[in-house]
Amino acid sequence: MLLGASRASEIARFLRDDEALKLDYCSNVTGVDWPEKEIVETVRVETPDPEGGAPKLVDTKVKRIQPGCLEVVYHLYSMSRGIGPVILRMRTENRTDRAVLPSLTPVWRACEFQEREVFDLFGVVFEGHPDLRRILMWDEFKDHPMRKDFTEPDDYEWEPTPHDEVLSKAGRHYPESAQAAQPEKNAAPGAGGAPQGAVKPASQ
Amino acid sequence: MLGTGILKGLAVTARNLTGSFHDPARFTTTQYPEERTVLPDNYRNFPFLVSDDEKDPMGTLRCVACQICEKECPPQCIYIEKSKDKKPDANGKMQIYPAIFDIDISVCMSCQICVEVCPFEAIKMDHEFEIATSNRFNPLLLNREQLAKPNTYFHRIRPTEAAEVDARLDAERKAAEEKAAAAAAAAAAKASQAAAAAKAPPPAAPAKVPSPATLEAQAKPAAERPDSSAGGIKTQA
Amino acid sequence: MIESPSSPLIESAGSRVRAVQDDFHGDLLEISMGPHHPSTHGVFRMIATLDGEAIVKLKPVFGYLHRNHEKLGENTTYLGSMPYTDRLDYLNSMTNNWAYALAVEKLIGQPVPERAEYVRVILAELTRLQNHTCLAGFLMQDCGCSGTPLMYAFREREKILDLFESLSGSRMMCNYQRFGGCRVDPPSEWLEAARRLTEGYGAFLDEYEALLTRNEILMARTQGVGRLGPELAVNSGITGPMLRATGVAYDIRKVDGYGIYPRFTFRVPLGAHGDTYDRYMIRILEARESISILRQALKDIPAGPIMDPKAKLRGLRPKPGEAYGRIEGPKGEIGFYLISDGSPNPYRYRIRPPSFVNLTLLEDLCLGHTVADAVVILGSIDIVLGEVDR
Repeated sequence: MLLGASRASEIARFLRDDEALKLDYCSNVTGVDWPEKEIVETVRVETPDPEGGAPKLVDTKVKRIQPGCLEVVYHLYSMSRGIGPVILRMRTENRTDRAVLPSLTPVWRACEFQEREVFDLFGVVFEGHPDLRRILMWDEFKDHPMRKDFTEPDDYEWEPTPHDEVLSKAGRHYPESAQAAQPEKNAAPGAGGAPQGAVKPASQ
Repeated sequence: MLGTGILKGLAVTARNLTGSFHDPARFTTTQYPEERTVLPDNYRNFPFLVSDDEKDPMGTLRCVACQICEKECPPQCIYIEKSKDKKPDANGKMQIYPAIFDIDISVCMSCQICVEVCPFEAIKMDHEFEIATSNRFNPLLLNREQLAKPNTYFHRIRPTEAAEVDARLDAERKAAEEKAAAAAAAAAAKASQAAAAAKAPPPAAPAKVPSPATLEAQAKPAAERPDSSAGGIKTQA
Repeated sequence: MIESPSSPLIESAGSRVRAVQDDFHGDLLEISMGPHHPSTHGVFRMIATLDGEAIVKLKPVFGYLHRNHEKLGENTTYLGSMPYTDRLDYLNSMTNNWAYALAVEKLIGQPVPERAEYVRVILAELTRLQNHTCLAGFLMQDCGCSGTPLMYAFREREKILDLFESLSGSRMMCNYQRFGGCRVDPPSEWLEAARRLTEGYGAFLDEYEALLTRNEILMARTQGVGRLGPELAVNSGITGPMLRATGVAYDIRKVDGYGIYPRFTFRVPLGAHGDTYDRYMIRILEARESISILRQALKDIPAGPIMDPKAKLRGLRPKPGEAYGRIEGPKGEIGFYLISDGSPNPYRYRIRPPSFVNLTLLEDLCLGHTVADAVVILGSIDIVLGEVDR
């Protein structure tokens, strides 16, 4: 069920209190990031014939950008009636400055911590939430880790593994340690004639 | 009376305390490292590579560097580089082998997925857990030589599994040999039939691809083309 | 440190986002039961504001063990995420695995052979046994028993972990369930060992209860402490033994009937008061019910394949869709919500952790009690930080 932001609280209250449904248990609140997508569609367009004949139907590729949004999904169950799940979805208008949705915490207290988590990891601001703070990341953290365009900071502790990604990051920070690793590798038993190619710092 | 619950509890504790002197079920501490518990066969710690011959570990590695374990490893702790040349494997077929096979055991979480996905029974889980080193970087990066252990070792730590693996590999080898023998027999039969057909007048062979009707009309020798993978076991002896 | 561009969203929402140190009272004592604490069941922090001895405000702070499992799940294949689920609630890896396998099997419509279902039930109930026993031990530890009941509980738990080790290769990080069955077929000796353990566990629970249940000190410390009403519990999304201690009969094994649970007869113990003592007693009673389920399952387990022959091990590419699979884990409802877009990695991999949602009411339960009671209440909620923080 896709809810609009304006009536969401009323609908949620109805779902909780209605005698037939009595969806009193909000089990799961999830955030989903849908970044904007470029969609290429093949459309038949009438193009005028340059030679002056009848207009032809030509297949042209039309590009359009589907705007991205952040979606919040609620799974509702009824403990008294034993039914479920009823899935509610709410979408924000965009991912940057209008990522605001009404909070359903006044209706189901179970959403309290989970909406805080969606705020923390995705950046959706819930209006009406009693205590909207970051919950899993520390309060001064700036970015939203679960977004698809999140770039992880590269200043965490590193270890020289054979993987190029970590090694190249390490090579940028600590070139002398990576160099020191190589003579140790040369000293390792190379009886089988294996080339010392696993640690490749110098090329970074 | 107030306190009966506590007294009953004290009785339980007393029973455990006195029992720990004579009952092994009450005193279950193993005095490691003087005593060691026997690990079950299935116990898994870090992987190792199986080589068939302990006298030539690098030459008889079962691994053919297919890199499936590298792709499936969740923390991606395996690093493989294929060799440029080929070596004969246990079946005599020329296979590439891993020139570099590194596992970073500071990253490896012993999940056993590499063992499950390996199609060649080349990587198995070891029992060694006393592998502490004093430097946390390079000594925890095990290369091919450190990882290769012989099949006899595999039998010692996991006898049932090793026996099963050996049985499976033997069956595969036998099937491969039988196929090769059958292919050789088919080739010999074809050669003799071709020699017989050369004496008879050659049938009219159309230049284009023949239609099914004409194919059927053609003699059997023309339809008996062996395919190169030696899989066509339609021996017409 | 590379500065990420600050989100305009947070700045504009400044009025709606409050910092923790907003209200600072002069005559109240604010203590931080900090992340390094022997009784907080992991790296968990409670900022308690005390008026004398009584707590007037309590804010839980966690996230110290946050590894962003959900992002890891997006970058790993479906099979590759299975070992990571072990590490969520690290005491109950078998049930975590089952919840994830259930969610993926719902997503791809994969049937599971009967023997595998029986094995799953056996392992889930063994997990429940060892979790509930250890929880009683940890609760006693929090009450100040210096580890004696805990060590007895751990002694029995080791027997169960030995079973897990001989089956799956690892005591805690089992990585045992697969999509379409289980990884290893338990041999008959293992089933015999499980039967012997089940028969012996009842006697251990009797001895354990003789030690604890009628203990006056325990009763004085836990009865009436952290009382929880059923309406608030249901609204706050509490599940598991904590919910059933308030009297609400909601056990997902009975409600959803996932796997083959409808075949087993077992009772669901309910509490009357919803306090800490009830939560402790519920767990002991549930452990006894688990023994009864184990007996039934070990008697009826059929022969057969342990894994669906058509199940794919690698290269799983589900069709685009979504699925929410949940089971009754020992701590509550553990659920996995997966959105697939046809690629080998999930598009969205969400873990619904029971301990995280059960912590919603920590403040409500602790208000008015002393700090010592707060520790006991936290112990009875049964949290594992690996799950709370993921």
